[in-house]
Amino acid sequence: MATTNLGPVLSAFERRPESLIPLLQSVQESLGYLPPDVLGTVARHARVPRSRVYGVASFYSQFRFNPVGRHRVAVCRGTACHVGGARFILEQLERTLEILEGQTTEDMEYSLETVACIGCCGLAPCISVNDEVSAKLTPMKVRKQFKKARK
Amino acid sequence: MTAGFDQLRQAAEEQWESLTASDTPVITVGTATCGRSAGALDTLDVLRGELAGRDLECRFVEVGCLGPCYAEPLVTVSLPGAATVCFESVNIKAARKIAAYVAGGELPEELAFATIGPDSIPGIPDLMDTPVMKGQVRRVLRNCGVIDPGDIRHSLARGAYSGLQRALELDRDARIEELDRSGLRGRGGAGFPVSRKWKFCIDAPGDTRYIICNADEGDPGAFMNRSLLEGDPHALLEGMIIAGLTIGAAEGFIYCRAEYPLALGRLAVAIEQAEQAGFLGPDALGPGRPFRIKVKEGAGAFVCGEETALIASLEGHRGMPRPRPPFPAVSGLWGCPTVINNVETLASVALIFQHGAAWYAEYGTERSKGTKTFALVGNVKRPGLVEVPLGTTLREMIFDIGGGVSSGHRFKAVQTGGPSGGCLPEDKLDIPVDYESLQEAGTIMGSGGIVVMDERTCMVDFARFFLDFAADESCGKCGPCRLGTRQLLRILEDITQGKGSPSDLELLEGLSHNVMRGSLCGLGATAPNPVLTTLRYFRDEYVAHIEGRTCPALACRDYIAFEIDGENCTGCTACALLCPVDGIAGAKEELHAINAAVCIKCGVCSDTCTFDAVQTVGVSP
Ligand SMILES: Cc1cc2nc3c(=O)[nH]c(=O)nc-3n(C[C@H](O)[C@H](O)[C@H](O)COP(=O)(O)O)c2cc1C
Ligand code: SF4
Ligand code: SF4
Ligand code: FES
Ligand code: FES
Repeated sequence: MATTNLGPVLSAFERRPESLIPLLQSVQESLGYLPPDVLGTVARHARVPRSRVYGVASFYSQFRFNPVGRHRVAVCRGTACHVGGARFILEQLERTLEILEGQTTEDMEYSLETVACIGCCGLAPCISVNDEVSAKLTPMKVRKQFKKARK
Repeated sequence: MTAGFDQLRQAAEEQWESLTASDTPVITVGTATCGRSAGALDTLDVLRGELAGRDLECRFVEVGCLGPCYAEPLVTVSLPGAATVCFESVNIKAARKIAAYVAGGELPEELAFATIGPDSIPGIPDLMDTPVMKGQVRRVLRNCGVIDPGDIRHSLARGAYSGLQRALELDRDARIEELDRSGLRGRGGAGFPVSRKWKFCIDAPGDTRYIICNADEGDPGAFMNRSLLEGDPHALLEGMIIAGLTIGAAEGFIYCRAEYPLALGRLAVAIEQAEQAGFLGPDALGPGRPFRIKVKEGAGAFVCGEETALIASLEGHRGMPRPRPPFPAVSGLWGCPTVINNVETLASVALIFQHGAAWYAEYGTERSKGTKTFALVGNVKRPGLVEVPLGTTLREMIFDIGGGVSSGHRFKAVQTGGPSGGCLPEDKLDIPVDYESLQEAGTIMGSGGIVVMDERTCMVDFARFFLDFAADESCGKCGPCRLGTRQLLRILEDITQGKGSPSDLELLEGLSHNVMRGSLCGLGATAPNPVLTTLRYFRDEYVAHIEGRTCPALACRDYIAFEIDGENCTGCTACALLCPVDGIAGAKEELHAINAAVCIKCGVCSDTCTFDAVQTVGVSP
């Protein structure tokens, strides 16, 4: 089970409530998401009630409760990308990957999400795949990029 | 620590000189996030690969971003005895040509963007004479795109930490006095005078104090702080140390958004190097006077840019704002007096101590001193990061520096201040950009986002976009914010979907004022600004949707249709093949037609057609 190998991850943090967010970040980093049973482990380590762990984890958009694909495709929905036609990029990706925003392909290869802004607004519209950014996109470009990958 | 400073600096200067007056070629590549997204790492690989095989010693330096995003990837080449040339849009093919130039071939003039430094080349402008740089005054950004942010010696050679040395020699009152004379106001949004905030914190009772740097950069569409963190992290560290010294803090936190992985990485390196050099650590502020900086990653909540929410988040809670007073300067992190400043504010503090308050206040207006960085984006020819004296007009920024509207369309509006700001029409372009003038016009300076829109952007849809963001990001604590932003969003959605009614405009205005009044924090208090300013300056577009049943920008999906123009269509079949719903029929080399009944208005056909045959036409919803 996932929890068994969390020891080294947890022990890097002080057992105090203010470690909670960095703890969750670190656990998610190593597991890819926050499985339900991990929340209790984190709660014990940070010495806070489990309800607080869930309250905090559900407040921040960074935290996920479901596994994600190996390639995390994030479409920027920031202002510059919106003006540059981000919705067409998102829709094209939904069609090409055959999943909707927030979903993961069955083979666990791709997840599709949106992000507030990647910080590359001068080259809008942008997406990031794991942490790598592609810029100045068009629906055609993303179609090509991901159609190849889907084969 | 002061004793060793001169030695450190001298060594750094020698190292810097060996680079700037190198007898072997020096090549810099901008590898900040923006450069990378344009392919800078591939460019760097090609340059390295092409030059590796030759009997030539080259030095490669990875630098941050110079600012002109549209020209990325940027590469500079300094050959011994020749002017330094900056090349633009260096893709792989261009990189090969540049490698050949480095190896003794001819200068590929068509790729040259500018020369940098004292030497010139006929036919190539000096960097500061190029249209994009001409109106700019690079102070905060002076090192971005010039130094290797991973090498503290570069920063030191260019003046870093000399401001700290000066601050260490002054007493506390003199430091506050210096800040006060500089006129520096917060660059994160509200424009609060920095000297006053620090003074409040000093005067508040308490033994432990903290300094927090707000690097959450929540405005979606702005990247000033990212560029600075990636391009010149020591500027921020120096400002924070001066703040710690002045308010009496031994610990500082940088709250940086997780969406900036490269910035986080460079900060970690910079902090480590500053520790090794003794600028941070047990004796940072004098013998036995420690100062340390920790980085905390944000977790993706816009509201955590608000200072009290940020503190809650640092303490490990949900990032929800609390009423002020007490202000953080009196009761902040763990109830201790705390100063929170933006990245650019703190970098400016370092500059003020390096060069003096008078130098800093040379630029700017009566009440808004100094220079400010802006992220100029949207439908503008030369998007990028710019730094101008406060008081520069929007027109100068958009048309002189930005080159005007891209793609031959007409200018429609400019948005400043992000989700808290507003949209201004063409006749407001001559107002000077300073805190007060923008506020009078109904918007705010915010952290420096400037979004240019041409006539293809629908202002109702644009207001909807921001309300969607606000409704999503409302922390939910206050009813008027949580429910009001949803309600505003619903009305705007109705209008953009052809379901608006004439009473909606009054409703929007009334509701906007209630949300502003009834919200605890700045998120709710400013969320209606995009609605109010578009109603104020672009009311006719709302009326056109509701009464005229048209979207003048031809942007709202329910008000448009795609049609194929018989004159231009060559029957190439490209659109028919790509249409996701098989809604386009036509034989090869014959006129194609779109079946409106199945068309989902995805725009793929108009994006695909290279003959300009697919037209967007207005229809009543
Ligand atoms: C909803 C909201 C979001 C904010 N986001 C940011 C931000 O991302 N960065 C920032 O520096 N200030 C942000 N602020 C302003 C901060 O609350 C605070 O005023 C600022 O960090 C103070 O620094 P300064 O005086 O140096 O500007 C935000 C305010 C609100 C109400
Ligand atoms: S105004 Fe909105 S974001 Fe701010 S505290 Fe209230 S509910 Fe939360
Ligand atoms: S892509 Fe353009 S030219 Fe080709 S068939 Fe479609 S409308 Fe005609
Ligand atoms: S708006 Fe998309 S990267 Fe910033
Ligand atoms: S060049 Fe780096 S932000 Fe645009």
